[in-house]
Amino acid sequence: MGFMDILYIVIPSTLLWAAPLIFTALGGNFSERSGIVNIGLEGLMVIGAFTAIVFNLAFDQTLGNLTPWVSLLVAMVVGALLSVLHAVASITFRADQTVSGVAINLLAVGAALFLVKLFYGKGQTDIIQKGFSKIDIPVLSDIPVLGKLFFSNTYYTSYVAIIVAFVAWFVMFKTPFGLRLRAVGEHPMAADTMGINVTKMRYIGVIISGALGGIGGGVYAQSISSDFSHATISGQGFMALAALIFGKWHPLGAMGAALFFGFAQSLSIIGSSLPLLENIPNVYLLIAPYILTILALTGFIGRAEGPKALGTPYIKGNR
Amino acid sequence: MSNRVKNIIVPIMAVILGMLVGTIIMIVTGYDALAAFTALWNGAFGEIYYTGEVIRQVTPLILAGLSVAFAFRTGLFNIGVEGQLIVGWLAAVWVGVAFDLPPVIHTLVAVIAAGVAGALWAFIPGLLKAKFRVHEVIVTIMLNYTALHVTNYIIRTVLSEKSDRTEMIKDTATLRSSFLEGLTDYSRLHWGIVIALIAVFIMWFLLEKTTRGYELRSVGFNQHASHYAGMNVDKNIILSMVISGAFAGLAGAMEGLGTFGYASIKGGFTGVGFDGIAVALLGGNGPIGVILAALLFGALKVGALNMPLEAGVPNELVDIIIALIVFFVAASYMIRLFIDRISKKGVK
Amino acid sequence: MEYVIEMLGIRKEFPGIVANDNITLQLKQGEIHALLGENGAGKSTLMNVLFGLYQPEQGEIRVRGKAVKITNPNIANDLGIGMVHQHFMLVDKFTVTENIILGKETKSGLKIDLKKAEQEVRDISERYGLAVDPQAKIADISVGMQQRVEILKTLYRGAEILIFDEPTAVLTPQEIKELIQIMKTLIKEGKSIILITHKLKEIMEVCDRCTVIRKGVGIGTVNVSETNPNELASLMVGREVTFKTEKADANPAQSVLEINGLVVKDSRGLTAVNNLNLDVKAGEILGIAGVDGNGQTELIEAISGLRKSESGSIQLNGKEIRNLSPRKITEAGTGHIPQDRHKHGLVLDFPIGENMVLQTYYKSPFSKAGVLNFKQIYQKAKSLIQEFDVRTPSEFTLARALSGGNQQKAIIGREVDRNPDLLIAAQPTRGLDVGAIEFIHKRLIEQRDNGKAVLLLSFELDEILNVSDRIAVIYEGEIVAIVNPKETTEQELGLLMAGSKQKEVGEQTNV
Repeated sequence: MGFMDILYIVIPSTLLWAAPLIFTALGGNFSERSGIVNIGLEGLMVIGAFTAIVFNLAFDQTLGNLTPWVSLLVAMVVGALLSVLHAVASITFRADQTVSGVAINLLAVGAALFLVKLFYGKGQTDIIQKGFSKIDIPVLSDIPVLGKLFFSNTYYTSYVAIIVAFVAWFVMFKTPFGLRLRAVGEHPMAADTMGINVTKMRYIGVIISGALGGIGGGVYAQSISSDFSHATISGQGFMALAALIFGKWHPLGAMGAALFFGFAQSLSIIGSSLPLLENIPNVYLLIAPYILTILALTGFIGRAEGPKALGTPYIKGNR
Repeated sequence: MSNRVKNIIVPIMAVILGMLVGTIIMIVTGYDALAAFTALWNGAFGEIYYTGEVIRQVTPLILAGLSVAFAFRTGLFNIGVEGQLIVGWLAAVWVGVAFDLPPVIHTLVAVIAAGVAGALWAFIPGLLKAKFRVHEVIVTIMLNYTALHVTNYIIRTVLSEKSDRTEMIKDTATLRSSFLEGLTDYSRLHWGIVIALIAVFIMWFLLEKTTRGYELRSVGFNQHASHYAGMNVDKNIILSMVISGAFAGLAGAMEGLGTFGYASIKGGFTGVGFDGIAVALLGGNGPIGVILAALLFGALKVGALNMPLEAGVPNELVDIIIALIVFFVAASYMIRLFIDRISKKGVK
Repeated sequence: MEYVIEMLGIRKEFPGIVANDNITLQLKQGEIHALLGENGAGKSTLMNVLFGLYQPEQGEIRVRGKAVKITNPNIANDLGIGMVHQHFMLVDKFTVTENIILGKETKSGLKIDLKKAEQEVRDISERYGLAVDPQAKIADISVGMQQRVEILKTLYRGAEILIFDEPTAVLTPQEIKELIQIMKTLIKEGKSIILITHKLKEIMEVCDRCTVIRKGVGIGTVNVSETNPNELASLMVGREVTFKTEKADANPAQSVLEINGLVVKDSRGLTAVNNLNLDVKAGEILGIAGVDGNGQTELIEAISGLRKSESGSIQLNGKEIRNLSPRKITEAGTGHIPQDRHKHGLVLDFPIGENMVLQTYYKSPFSKAGVLNFKQIYQKAKSLIQEFDVRTPSEFTLARALSGGNQQKAIIGREVDRNPDLLIAAQPTRGLDVGAIEFIHKRLIEQRDNGKAVLLLSFELDEILNVSDRIAVIYEGEIVAIVNPKETTEQELGLLMAGSKQKEVGEQTNV
């Protein structure tokens, strides 16, 4: 197997595994930039995966090939709804944001499995028939070498994820909305005195995280797992959180980190079939994202520093 | 109303609200709520066997709760109990399998090994917090997954030959007790509960009665003032994390030496670590509170297993209820406002 | 109507206290109007009501004769009211321009038009003589420039009425002069200004009229040209104020603290204390005068062990204590009333009783073999609370629940009780009312009379002049002069502090 052959396998696989991480990490970016810690990303992905699968199974007859995309939209809405709970607890009721995030994770798993048993009478769903499928992107896949590397044997969702990352960057750093969102996460009182509604901005930030987390879960379920059970999402959300931090709370950084983590994940799965890698225990690949994130926080790989007001509730009139 | 009374009412209200929402969910989804709660009760206390199982379940919950509570009280959020627990579990089983020691001593060595392993795993975030001011929440989350993959790897390659689980620990290392099993109609109740209760006492005494505890609490509240007062801030941060991790490691020993007697490859977390957060939170981070909260969650978890059998209700309902209780305690500001309003009306 | 703003009979309550009670303030077009009151008198509350951050329970606000309801800062902005906050409301990571346009961004399409915004900022800054660099990050510019950004924020929003909240507290004398010039320019351009302050000199210098409030109650409004500082002070405090503190002459004895050639770096790694020499003798109070930011904080931190120093020597009773741990330095015989009592002085979430043994908990009788003896701890606390008149419901009350003055008394009690040879008092009266200030000054003098050495750091010249027996002037990390408070004037000190006049240090030290 030549080097190019390896790349032909690894790159599409990386894009596949990275897509859910990119969506979810971008979601986390909006929440944390507004000053709200969101370790509930895992739960948001769980609920997104669950929703997408259930909706997909129920409507694939009527919607045909559109099914996965519509399911994704529904997952987005349900993810957003669940995140409202986190917003209410941590913004309006000043709950400890980490604790509220833990509760989101517990609740999502409990509710999803409860409903799976209610709907299907067993612990996991059937396998969906209309998932996202591998495609060669028209025109682009005809480019010599690059076409085969980056645009063949792949999924649309991966490209949507990358486009969304650029949109998120534009929104966050080029628009008034982004300026206000970041101001609220850095110095909420300053934003308040400038007439910006801190509570509203933070609600929007958290709800966007729910929407994108829901999409992330929906993408994962419909392109990787194809069904939903207790083990469908196991750590993807936390890895997205890691990507967000490793990417230094920057949308494009988060995207880069997510691609890198997707690369590590895909290697840990397909590595045993590749020359050179077959003898390396995959434990190193599995833990690489987490160890790298710790190193980034510590400052060994350029210090990652979060928004200043991250994790602190804003109470009007308190100095 | 005094703060002390409020501190007791808030968790009780949270539990009631959690149960209430759980009931509503059952009614909406067409289940028989009364039957479900009856099944839950029977499944926890209906027979002595079940009660034995509840206490067995409570044992690691107490220790995980202590771990979180100890960190909370000293200004840290240890969300890494899960990882420290898995590491402790592995260490205990390792000692249980690999050594030949007389009974009791073997058990003690294995338990201590678990505590030390958990402590060492928690030493990392403690050190990073003390030396680099890195927030412990993210580091401990990352270390949870690291622990999961690393222990899986060790089980597969070092403690077995590509198998999914280790051998059983030697009889000399076990926490199991035919006496306790006989007492509870052959439940898996083991001596771990005694260790858990001793640990509760240690946490209370250390934190409330000793100069070390005074320093740990002081550093937890205000590092600057502690530094000014001549305390070694870095050392206390690390120590707080290490002690918290030791409790978590002990929780792992309970599973490894008591409930299971082996360690196996895990696809995901045990959940005990995250439940520990719920226990600590509901128990107000105090020793008695932790015991009571662990008892509640233990009973819910064990009782839930009877719900599908007796009432046809998925046992995940209990997970929902626990999550809701965590929510309501976390958002206790809401409950406090509510209590204030009620008590003001009472005065009028 | 000649009034641009009228606040009539304003009342604002917070749970448990009335912060403003029946206060009336009327601002004329084109005047600088002072709002005078002690710390905690309710000045900021009143201005936050005007700015829409708080809603009053009673009273009326009129803008140019029209009654208005200001329910949030946006409405205040729309009415042409802008506030220059004491604690700057600036996002460190944003540029000057981003901070100014935040909430009222110039757009082209979906995007913020930064080019255009920067030009607008430049235009306004030139018109009012407020020099700023529109592209600089806030974190990188000086405090004075940050304040100009704050002013620009209000002007960008078209403010006609500007509220300045204690604007000079953080400025150097040079920057204060510039600010006064800016305020005069603003008036010339047709603006009206409310200046919140407790500094009488500033009022006499720039204000036209002055409204005084005391403990939340409006006392009245006077024309500045018809009054004097003494009258203003007694209006503010509610009784005759003697500016002089009663004390006997000092009897200085041997040196307790001797500092030679000390070099200390600040948090950014720049030299803050530069080859500094100083000695404090038993039985005297040595005051350190200087403008904030000239190395005072670093000096105190180095002496008390909170910060490592680079070189030199610090001797306490002839024993080297430089770069020892805070505990060793405390045990060597120092007490330290820290500058920031919430940050360093107290563990706010501990009961006041446990705070009383913060440095001694590990010693007998408060603990034995590592186990605390709470009976002894609370007995000690109780006696200190009585002796130092700390007003608290009990020794079990959380320190957080006490007023600033009582917190400070508790700290002083704790520090003095250890009977240290050297007592360091850093801004011991900051933010306290007159009663507490007098109490604290008396206690410092008492220490001196008991033959202890006292090192006093203060940014209030009055305090330095009244309490000290010798004054060391610090400028850019060096002691540039040692003067006798009886033979100097505020003018002379001011010049020394600004570094514009060097005195022969060697000659004066031997006085």
